Amino acid sequence: MTKNLRVKSSKYIDETNRISFKFNGKTYRGFKGDTLASALLANDVHLVGRSFKYHRPRGIMTSGSEEPNAIVQINPGTNRTEPNVRATEVEIYEGLEASSQNCWPSVEFDIGGINNFLSPFFPAGFYYKTFMWPASFWEKYEFFIRHSAGLGKSPTSSDPDIYDHQNVHCDVLVVGAGMAGILAAKNASKNNFKTLLVDEKNELGGSTIFENNEFNKIDNKSPSEWLKKEIEELKGIKNLEIKTRTSVAAYHQYNYLLARENLTDHLEAKYKTNKIRQRLLKIRAKKVILATGALERPLIFNNNDRPGIMLSSAIKKYSEFYGVACGSKNVFFTNNDSAYESALSLYDKGINVEAVIDIREQSESKIVKKVKEAGIKIYWSHSIVDTAGYKRLNSVSIMKLSNDGTSVTGSKISISCDCLGVAGGWTPAVHLYTQSGNKLKFDEEKKIFLPKQNTFDQISVGSCGGDFKIDEIINNLNQMLKDTLNINKTNLDNIKVEIDQENSKRNIWLLPSDKPLGKTKPFVDYQNDATAKDIKLALREGFRSIEHVKRYTTTGMGTDQGKLGNMHALGIIADTAGVKMGELGTTTFRPPYTPLTFGTIVGRNVGKFFDIFRRTPMNDWHVENKAEFENVGQWKRAWYYPINGETMHQAVQRESKAARESVGILDASTLGKIDIQGSDASEFLNRVYTNAWSKLAIGKCRYGLMLNEDGMVYDDGVTTRLGENHYIMTTTTGGAANVLGKLEDYLQTEWPELDVYLTSVTDHYATVSLCGPNSKKIIKKIIPDLDLSDENFPHMSFKKANIGNIHCRIMRISFTGEHSYEINVQASYGKDLWEKCMDAGKEFNITPYGTETMHLLRAEKGFIIVGQDTDGTMTPIDLQMNWIVSKKKYDFIGKRSLYRSDTMREDRKQLVGLLTDDPNIVLEEGAQIVSELDQSPIEMLGHVTSSYFSPNLNKSIALAVVRGGKDMMGKKLFVPMENKNINVTVANPVFYDEKNERLNA
Amino acid sequence: MFLINCPYCGERDQQEFKAGGEAHIERPKQPTELSDDEWAEYLFMRKNIKGVQFERWNHAHGCRKWFNMVRDTSNDEIKAIYKMGEKPPSQ
Ligand SMILES: [Zn+2]
Repeated sequence: MTKNLRVKSSKYIDETNRISFKFNGKTYRGFKGDTLASALLANDVHLVGRSFKYHRPRGIMTSGSEEPNAIVQINPGTNRTEPNVRATEVEIYEGLEASSQNCWPSVEFDIGGINNFLSPFFPAGFYYKTFMWPASFWEKYEFFIRHSAGLGKSPTSSDPDIYDHQNVHCDVLVVGAGMAGILAAKNASKNNFKTLLVDEKNELGGSTIFENNEFNKIDNKSPSEWLKKEIEELKGIKNLEIKTRTSVAAYHQYNYLLARENLTDHLEAKYKTNKIRQRLLKIRAKKVILATGALERPLIFNNNDRPGIMLSSAIKKYSEFYGVACGSKNVFFTNNDSAYESALSLYDKGINVEAVIDIREQSESKIVKKVKEAGIKIYWSHSIVDTAGYKRLNSVSIMKLSNDGTSVTGSKISISCDCLGVAGGWTPAVHLYTQSGNKLKFDEEKKIFLPKQNTFDQISVGSCGGDFKIDEIINNLNQMLKDTLNINKTNLDNIKVEIDQENSKRNIWLLPSDKPLGKTKPFVDYQNDATAKDIKLALREGFRSIEHVKRYTTTGMGTDQGKLGNMHALGIIADTAGVKMGELGTTTFRPPYTPLTFGTIVGRNVGKFFDIFRRTPMNDWHVENKAEFENVGQWKRAWYYPINGETMHQAVQRESKAARESVGILDASTLGKIDIQGSDASEFLNRVYTNAWSKLAIGKCRYGLMLNEDGMVYDDGVTTRLGENHYIMTTTTGGAANVLGKLEDYLQTEWPELDVYLTSVTDHYATVSLCGPNSKKIIKKIIPDLDLSDENFPHMSFKKANIGNIHCRIMRISFTGEHSYEINVQASYGKDLWEKCMDAGKEFNITPYGTETMHLLRAEKGFIIVGQDTDGTMTPIDLQMNWIVSKKKYDFIGKRSLYRSDTMREDRKQLVGLLTDDPNIVLEEGAQIVSELDQSPIEMLGHVTSSYFSPNLNKSIALAVVRGGKDMMGKKLFVPMENKNINVTVANPVFYDEKNERLNA
Repeated sequence: MFLINCPYCGERDQQEFKAGGEAHIERPKQPTELSDDEWAEYLFMRKNIKGVQFERWNHAHGCRKWFNMVRDTSNDEIKAIYKMGEKPPSQ
């Protein structure tokens, strides 16, 4: 039977609502309002995990998001499992299951614990030093490390929960709902600022609402009572929105913050279904008020990590807020007054407090006197030199501290205890402040880093700004609110504060032991098992930069980013290296403040919403006819149409033959289409294409090649002149958006004098391409009154026509070398047009073909595909397309670059055809090409860019880029592959119908 | 994440914009008159300053207009925004 350490009824715990949950397979009970940590502590469970490196038993240290030790796996083995969750942040619910991480077979008996006894062999940089040699062994080491290390297990099936993103705009964002945050939010919202107040906890009030120091008064009330009234008054302020369970993860520039709002994690499974689990708030605030509070520091002494050793403030919170005593024999160890509040909190509830060990010589505050009066023994100028108890603290040993604090003297006293509260002072939570890009300053007296400045759109108030006493907090907050909100009255003007708070503190970063440092384990970073001696070793080995020491020792590199121990690490480095902490600088706190699940980050953009699909108007037909699809940019394009179980090769061979022998039909709707209008449209085309456009007659089409300013081919396509000042340009499918962007750039920035207007019409038209000798017969059937004679409608020309009463634009253009037409109709008629063509083509055995056949057919003709046969290093000259580069035009984009010494080199890679000596061998695209086989190293001349088996030529064909290739016609080269060398011959890239006779067939 | 004041649309989130490199590099009017070195200077050489830099930006997912921005690259402070063709503000 486990002990029940519930000592007090608390308004935050609903004792009528009992909840059962499982931890490491065992059932426990808690109450509504408990965290997993408070419920375990109420059941006297301290041991919750094992440390990362030494597998030392570890317990709950804190009561909040800074927790380094109590890291658990939630709902293990389910698809809702989540690793690395802080037990101090999990609100329990009926049916919750959690387990320890980083231990095997169990937290009670952990085989890895042997590392603890081997620890002299695991110094700082152990992994770096040990696994460097031999390099080839790394894979074996990695396997070992990955299996013995690791915090938690990732889920193995997809996340069933729904996540959401929301944009939020406000005048004032207040982060943190402690006393300062609440007062700031209240005054901002009452002065007509649209205000959002967020806090990571489920209750407002921060630490003030469980404040128990009877000597502090605000308006003659205890601070907690006073603040509860203030919180009550927040309700009903109309400009104020309050979000609890909402943790700010990141603070970016221009007051852009990301916060995670937790909506269902505290609910039973049956209430989670179909609800949004977490929402990522993307907040843009005009002003940000940071009221993030302060984190209590531990003290660094020998064996300061045992289960039962906790922050003093956490013990107070468990006692006052959750009504739980963390131990039955308690000791406090402190360098300031705050531990006395915790001691009294327990004493007042009848819990045994054995002693307070204080490294100061004395303190005269009222609360210290009260502890004395209570008969609790105080050891002044004493320090803990060791602790005992493997799975639970059972005693501490103390000795007298020397005056300079560097050594201990006298005899050792042992005090038996099961819980130790440690109070090392307070560190302002400046994490979000630094994320926003602002700098810190070091306060030598208080030994804390503080925000260097408040700006007009950001202030830090309360203890995160360095004010720890209630009177300081209220006075400074009052002034800052007036300044930043530009108001002259607040509700803080006439508040009366009485306090008994002393800032007296004796700061010693590393407390001495009677044993030499090498024989002690003073942990600085609990989660990563970095000790003070690791830090000192790093310094001895020559590390100086704080960032280097951090990486070498892994201090501050855990999921908690060293929220507790970073200051001590800095202090120890400064003391050892003999520099001032202010000069040392700090490490960088990076977002997120606490870890986020991937679900929250991606929100709704999962599954089919991960990336946008674009589908053509004929898509349904392709699906119904069992097309295989390929992704081209965001487009889903029909790839090939297998029938009767054909392989891709069989389908493509059949489609390619049909397109040349009778008629093929292709969905070309994805081609980019840009409508170009304006009185300077022709001049504009002259400047952006390599060839001349002024003389293109209305109703004619022309192929154009577009370069970058560096002379490299950028895009290509056919442009048609629709009218005197009107063109329609087509681009490659993938290049459409970029081409439009580039053209707009030139128009707006280089040539604003040109009267030209560009409109993207890609989605407005559906395009059906009919290809082959029977294509004309189909057009004749569907548009009987159109004169299709070569005289009236020659190759590279355009006609307007009607199919029934649907307007269409028909271009007689060809990407296959066959007699072909491209019919463009308004997108919504696309499927209808496609089906009409299929019907009309039935008697010619019309064959739908996909992108693969399109690529094969164009390769037979040696037509390039930008992006496949070019890669951003190919000029038109390299492509042997000199014919398209105008000699007469004074200028066009990229022209000057064609005359640079580099682009005129003869030995550039040039586009050629390749034929394999064995016509049945099809080369692999990307395969390297060489001229000598006996060389070593072998010189690569180029590579294969396109390769197919051509059914129309009944042999393998390929396009390739080869260094100096244009002068290699007929030369024998080799394509060396894994198991064989393939003999190839350089050929004309136009493999089929070199005289272009098919165009008019 | 910047908040950028598009001169045509007003304040918008950075994700609507595309950065377009250094501003005020005019395309030579007579490229054929230039030596290889002079052309390379236009084509390749960019400053990439730590400090106050003049940049081109495009409201790509908004009005598609290009404009200029003066930005301190060391702290990302946007010091000024002005339309294409307008004179840069004096430092
Ligand atoms: Zn705009």
